[in-house]
Amino acid sequence: MDRERSRREVLQAAGALAGCGALLRLSVRPAAATPEMMKDAVRSVIGEAPVKKGKVKLDLPPLVENGNSVSCTVSVESPMTANDYVKAIHVFNEKNPQPNVISVKLGPRAGRASFSTRIRLADSQTVTAITELSDGSFWSDDIDVIVTLAACIEESVH
Amino acid sequence: MARALIHVPASAKKGDVIEIKTLISHVMETGYRVGVTGQPIPRDIIDDFVCTYNGEEVFHAKLYPAIAANPFITFFTVATESGTLAFSWTDQHGATQVQTAAITVE
Amino acid sequence: MKALLLGVTRSLMRAPSPQRGEGWGEGVPTERPEPPHPALSPLGRGRRKHLAAAVFIISTLLVRGTLAADIPLDQRRSDSDFVSADTRAMQNDDTANPAMLAVLDGETLWNTKAGETHQSCADCHGDAAKSMKGVAARYPAMVAEQDRPVDLEQRIMMSRVTDQKAAALPFESKELLALTAYIARQSRGLPVAVKDNAQAKPFIAAGRALFEQRQGQLDLSCAQCHDDNWGKKLAGNLVPQAMATGYPIYRLEWQEVGSLQRRLRNCMSGMRAEPYDFGAPELVDLEYFLMWRARGMTMESPAVRP
Repeated sequence: MDRERSRREVLQAAGALAGCGALLRLSVRPAAATPEMMKDAVRSVIGEAPVKKGKVKLDLPPLVENGNSVSCTVSVESPMTANDYVKAIHVFNEKNPQPNVISVKLGPRAGRASFSTRIRLADSQTVTAITELSDGSFWSDDIDVIVTLAACIEESVH
Repeated sequence: MARALIHVPASAKKGDVIEIKTLISHVMETGYRVGVTGQPIPRDIIDDFVCTYNGEEVFHAKLYPAIAANPFITFFTVATESGTLAFSWTDQHGATQVQTAAITVE
Repeated sequence: MKALLLGVTRSLMRAPSPQRGEGWGEGVPTERPEPPHPALSPLGRGRRKHLAAAVFIISTLLVRGTLAADIPLDQRRSDSDFVSADTRAMQNDDTANPAMLAVLDGETLWNTKAGETHQSCADCHGDAAKSMKGVAARYPAMVAEQDRPVDLEQRIMMSRVTDQKAAALPFESKELLALTAYIARQSRGLPVAVKDNAQAKPFIAAGRALFEQRQGQLDLSCAQCHDDNWGKKLAGNLVPQAMATGYPIYRLEWQEVGSLQRRLRNCMSGMRAEPYDFGAPELVDLEYFLMWRARGMTMESPAVRP
């Protein structure tokens, strides 16, 4: 049937298309960050303090339509009073060329320890959020994200 | 002057936690993209964003190339008093753009 | 019939057209290189067969009406239904939609005096919210000054050059996109209402022929993905029906606002076909067909797409 044939062809073509798209990106991708670079970046921001899992929640879509713009929300449970508040929230990644994403300074005036932004993810990877509380403790959360490539892009990368 | 879009509630009750949304036009060039000439396009990013409320800093973010183009940042602050919220974006070359919004707090 | 044949021939031949402004470097050559090996096309060798095939399809159309492969009117869905929830949320929030920055720039341009006449768009057209309401929903359209349709970008340019006596804005320039986004925004929520009268029908038919024609190294037609396989996945994204109700769009891939013509050129690159130049009559015919195909659907400009 014509419909069957056309579907098979589209799937074959899709394979070729995806292959072409992937090749194009690989040839121009600069050296990616490594988990080591990310560890160094974390250390330079928070020092040698121990980091426990919990309190902070990182929100990212598990499957990303386009790595150029990924909605990212980070929130920390905290009463945000003068004695008990979130001092800072940092987001790191492990596969972009650079391990830092954003560093946010907060205080009791924030009212709620939560912010949102849109980030770039070069590849499927783990994204990590670390928060520093007013008592000096550090907490983290991480999410694995799958990043897909857009179909039908422009010829030149600009 | 880059176009910026700020959303601050026009009024709030004292003590309310209000959400502020900001969006500014900026290419956020990472420095890793290669142009048609084969040379990398130089990095050009906003790397600092500050919000002050009647002069006091209430939000401060350091941005890196991993922030998407046309940076969109939303955050919260406590409506303490009527006055002015000032938003300033500074790029890596040190150029700053400031935009303000008024708020009435009952 | 002869006029139709002439129209089809003209639209199948690629006339030279203005290139984009400086600095975009899409690598589109001004000379047309050798076409890919004709054996790849099941339609046969050379342009004659293409022309014959197109004429056959069009005459079949005229005789039988719409082809069976068209998406039934009640099954049509906006391209917004096929993007991720996050992208949809970005589109539907005017404080988060990056295209709104272009809309604001467009509003400023609308009110800026330009050209030898030293008039702004507002000086003649007044408040865009009133005068431009519904305009984007009816483009592409035939215009008195030409014997073929123009799209919204070209219509804006005509006004700038002829009425304001200002310099033309290059295709895909920030200024032209800003004005287009601002004007298109005024049609948001209204139904697509392009005319398909006797004058327009040949151009819509030419656009349909382009939509259904196999092309490029992958030998694909637009219809194969967007009529026959919408809803399935291609390279991680869902294939939409290609209902062009949201242009100009903020495309995440471009990280900026762009026109329907830019997106169509991307489609053609993706199919490994030679993209038509900006402003080419083929692109306008295709735009006309796409808008006609989306007739009655709700305008969403400016939309966000992946």
